[in-house]
Amino acid sequence: MSKHHVTTTINGDDVEFLCDPQETLLDVLRDRLGMTGSKEGCGTGDCGACTVNVDGKIVCACLMLGAEAEGRAISTIEGMAQGELLHPLQRKFLEHAALQCGICTPGILVAAKALLEENPDPSETEVRYWLAGNLCRCTGYDKIVRAVMDAAEEMRGRNYAA
Amino acid sequence: MVQVTLWGSLRDYADGAETLEAEGENIYQVLQDLGKKHPNLQPILKKGVTVSLDGQIYRQNLMQEVKPDSEVFLLPKMAGG
Amino acid sequence: MPLETDFPQNFEAREFKVVGKRPVRPDGVDKVTGRAKFGADAVAPGMLHAKILRSPHAHAKIVSIDTSKAEALAGVKAVVTRDDFPVHEAVKEDQELMSVLTNVMAREKALYDGHAVAAVAATDPRIAAQALKLIEVEYEVLDHVIDEDLAMQPDAPILHEHLGHEYGGGKPSNVAGVTEIGHGDVEKGFAEAEVIVERSFKTGAAHQGYIEPHACLANIGSDGRGELWCCTQGQFMVRDTCTQLLGMDVSNLRVTPSEIGGGFGGKTTVFIEPVAVALSRKAGKPVKIVMSRDEVFRATGPTASASLWIKVGAKKDGTITAADAILKYQGGAFPGSPVDMGAMASFACYALENVRAVGYDVVTNRPKQAAYRAPGAPMAAFAVESVISELAGELGMDPIDFRLKNAAGDGTKSSFGPTYDEIGLIETLEAAKKTEHYNSPLGPNQGRGVASGFWFNFGGQTAVSLNLNVDGTVALSVGTPDIGGSRASMCAMAAEELGCDYDDVYCIVADTASLGFNDVTDGSRVTFASGLATIQAARQAKQRMIDRAAKIWGIPSDAVKWENGAAHPSGPNAGEHEPLSIKDIAAMAGETGGPIAGHHEIAAEGAGPSFATHIVDAEIDRDTGRIDIKRYTVVQDAGKAVHPAYVEGQFQGGAVQGIGWALNEEYIYNDKGLLENPGFLDYRVPVASDLPMIETVIVEKPNPGHPYGVRGVGETSIVPPMGAIANAVSAAAKVRATEIPMSPPRMLKLLRDSEATAKAAE
Repeated sequence: MSKHHVTTTINGDDVEFLCDPQETLLDVLRDRLGMTGSKEGCGTGDCGACTVNVDGKIVCACLMLGAEAEGRAISTIEGMAQGELLHPLQRKFLEHAALQCGICTPGILVAAKALLEENPDPSETEVRYWLAGNLCRCTGYDKIVRAVMDAAEEMRGRNYAA
Repeated sequence: MVQVTLWGSLRDYADGAETLEAEGENIYQVLQDLGKKHPNLQPILKKGVTVSLDGQIYRQNLMQEVKPDSEVFLLPKMAGG
Repeated sequence: MPLETDFPQNFEAREFKVVGKRPVRPDGVDKVTGRAKFGADAVAPGMLHAKILRSPHAHAKIVSIDTSKAEALAGVKAVVTRDDFPVHEAVKEDQELMSVLTNVMAREKALYDGHAVAAVAATDPRIAAQALKLIEVEYEVLDHVIDEDLAMQPDAPILHEHLGHEYGGGKPSNVAGVTEIGHGDVEKGFAEAEVIVERSFKTGAAHQGYIEPHACLANIGSDGRGELWCCTQGQFMVRDTCTQLLGMDVSNLRVTPSEIGGGFGGKTTVFIEPVAVALSRKAGKPVKIVMSRDEVFRATGPTASASLWIKVGAKKDGTITAADAILKYQGGAFPGSPVDMGAMASFACYALENVRAVGYDVVTNRPKQAAYRAPGAPMAAFAVESVISELAGELGMDPIDFRLKNAAGDGTKSSFGPTYDEIGLIETLEAAKKTEHYNSPLGPNQGRGVASGFWFNFGGQTAVSLNLNVDGTVALSVGTPDIGGSRASMCAMAAEELGCDYDDVYCIVADTASLGFNDVTDGSRVTFASGLATIQAARQAKQRMIDRAAKIWGIPSDAVKWENGAAHPSGPNAGEHEPLSIKDIAAMAGETGGPIAGHHEIAAEGAGPSFATHIVDAEIDRDTGRIDIKRYTVVQDAGKAVHPAYVEGQFQGGAVQGIGWALNEEYIYNDKGLLENPGFLDYRVPVASDLPMIETVIVEKPNPGHPYGVRGVGETSIVPPMGAIANAVSAAAKVRATEIPMSPPRMLKLLRDSEATAKAAE
């Protein structure tokens, strides 16, 4: 079976790759492009560890085929920090100890970033329901929710200042 | 000579005795002596037991000093998660 | 300088400069940017991908395996079956190792749905998957048994002919062992009781649920030497187990632990690692294996499911006179369920004159159990704490007051035998009673429950190495994988001892070739044991810096003192010298005698138990049976919280795992013994929208056996939740819930049955 040739944009960079028809976007990111920041926790879209942002919407990369990336704009955890500068969410996660083993962290950060882009002032309930598709087994979610709300507050302050 | 208390099911291997006497200056020697005096205990001792010495639980360090008035308990082998 | 083996280990009260604060962890940036490398993130040039063929039957004789067609498929480089795993000397004598070997690759029988039967390594994962389909296995399907009570029946299908002859009266049975603990005379005690509560309970098995599936990359050369990268709680355990199972010299395998995406005890053993090593050896190429989530559920160890009976009697004044328990745990297809520890932990919170707990270790056609956070204790605590609260209710006593009346304290003889040293249970009960939560009002259909719990906590073999860099920063190597943020605590303790900044210490988890043996990360032992070793290694390095300063100044070492991260002359004959900081001494190390380091190897003991009391408010929807956790507070004794944020994290994480186990998580088997819910959709762990914030109160009753008073905290937090939640739910539903999980269908049935009974009584 011949491979698909795909042209796409990942974290702002033009990317080209070949993939088997049945390879998922997650397989491509991890195995073809060496971008191992997105994790496979289940392969069936239940855990959110592979959350990426595709054309402004969060998606489980394990539920999308690599070939479907053609012509799209994809953002992953690797694109969240700007060089040395961490995104406020990343900083707040560290400050609040909102991670223990860290395997769910990339997926949750990508999902939380999308939340704050859509709703800069979410309530605790809104944060919890938005993140309901991202499983964490270590933290019990408490510090994660606090970190997201704290980051949201800082980002709102910045926007007003700007 | 120190008194060693056995956990419940271990007593079956010591003819029902709840406490036994053993000689030794450390846990290792005490266990060796118990095995010698009560051969039925040997397979279980070999598999491994946890020892409580004066309330402190020892999974492995058998060189801990045992005194004649020490409280020594043999407990089933334990592991955490 | 001679190795220090005797050192002061006892608690010394002091003011801390670094310990007790909340600095950012050293591996933090890597984890929030996706840089951190976990088990499945490693690659090697020329690497093969392996997949494992698993039994589709719960119990079957494996008559024959024909791998010829698979081997002939283009791209397949190696295939292994039971024939590639002969029983080596080390394994022959060791029942546990034999169980591990048989679990890693089935021998005469497939013992559970998902049991590994063969494995293939190929150039591409899709070719490996295709090759599995070409392996022809002839099975003779046998009757199976899933439930612990059924497995104990005389007519139950037998898993192992050599097992359980004592229980079976000379014939094989599925009861691998019986254990009993206790003291006093329970019959006499019950005779003295004025109120008795007796109940039976069932708890389902729960999986540790780590989000990262097992993954490893083995790379063995043609000389039989090589490396293994894997996510594990114990790289030394992996090395020793793999080499013993495969007949290799221990030094021929170097195991490097990756960052680990959750373990909770489930990664303190091996499943795929020996297979990867065997395939790599056979193919002469690196081999990567990553488990799918389906495989994790079908073939890796959850904890035991259990059938429990508890009877507790008390006088009207609230004094417990007798406590009795029968615990039946099934640990999957091999002996070794944690029923021993369950029996010991059952009544550990109480000071009792007459107590007994009997435990049965049962085998069934289910995956081999693995440790799960305080193995054996949560199920026992659920049953015991349910009865304790029910008894309090019958006596008209507040549930915390009833527990206080009977609580184990300093110097109490424990229910499992030894006398406790200094413990913090009473302090947690008193603190719980004072919380705003406990004194707040409840809403309609809501109930409040409390429960206490305990875990032994362990020490274990630990080795640490601490090296001074040329610029005065410190390189710290520990051998215990970091599953909860422990590296931050290690850095804090080293900095505290040396008097340097937290940021000057960088901690890594080393591979098996770089340090002495380390036991697995388990038993809540890392902050205690690796911490202890770190403190001692730092003290040794500090002493060497003192000696260097003394040499530089030409004065004796005992005329030098260490203060605020520098050597100072001390005493009347020391003379006048400018202090020498770590940075100064490090810069001169090469010229003054060579590299400066400290290290410490120890079989650490003296870990103190950690007690906890949890308070839960639960609300029941009487139309759907759904339980909502409205409020949750964890009160637990940490001895000394080295990094409070990570201590809180352990409290919260354990509590939420307990919530999942109590309310929703379960294994659903069909009538063929096949698992129907091997995925996160239907094995329902708590999600963010299920939960409130988890409030925490850290109690600090110092552990006399640690210089800072540290107690492990990671496991105790999962022990009280099921009991506390069952008590809250039973209060809300006004009927006692005795089956875990308290899922909506079960609660609905319980409500309907109790309504029917009430109607019938009218």
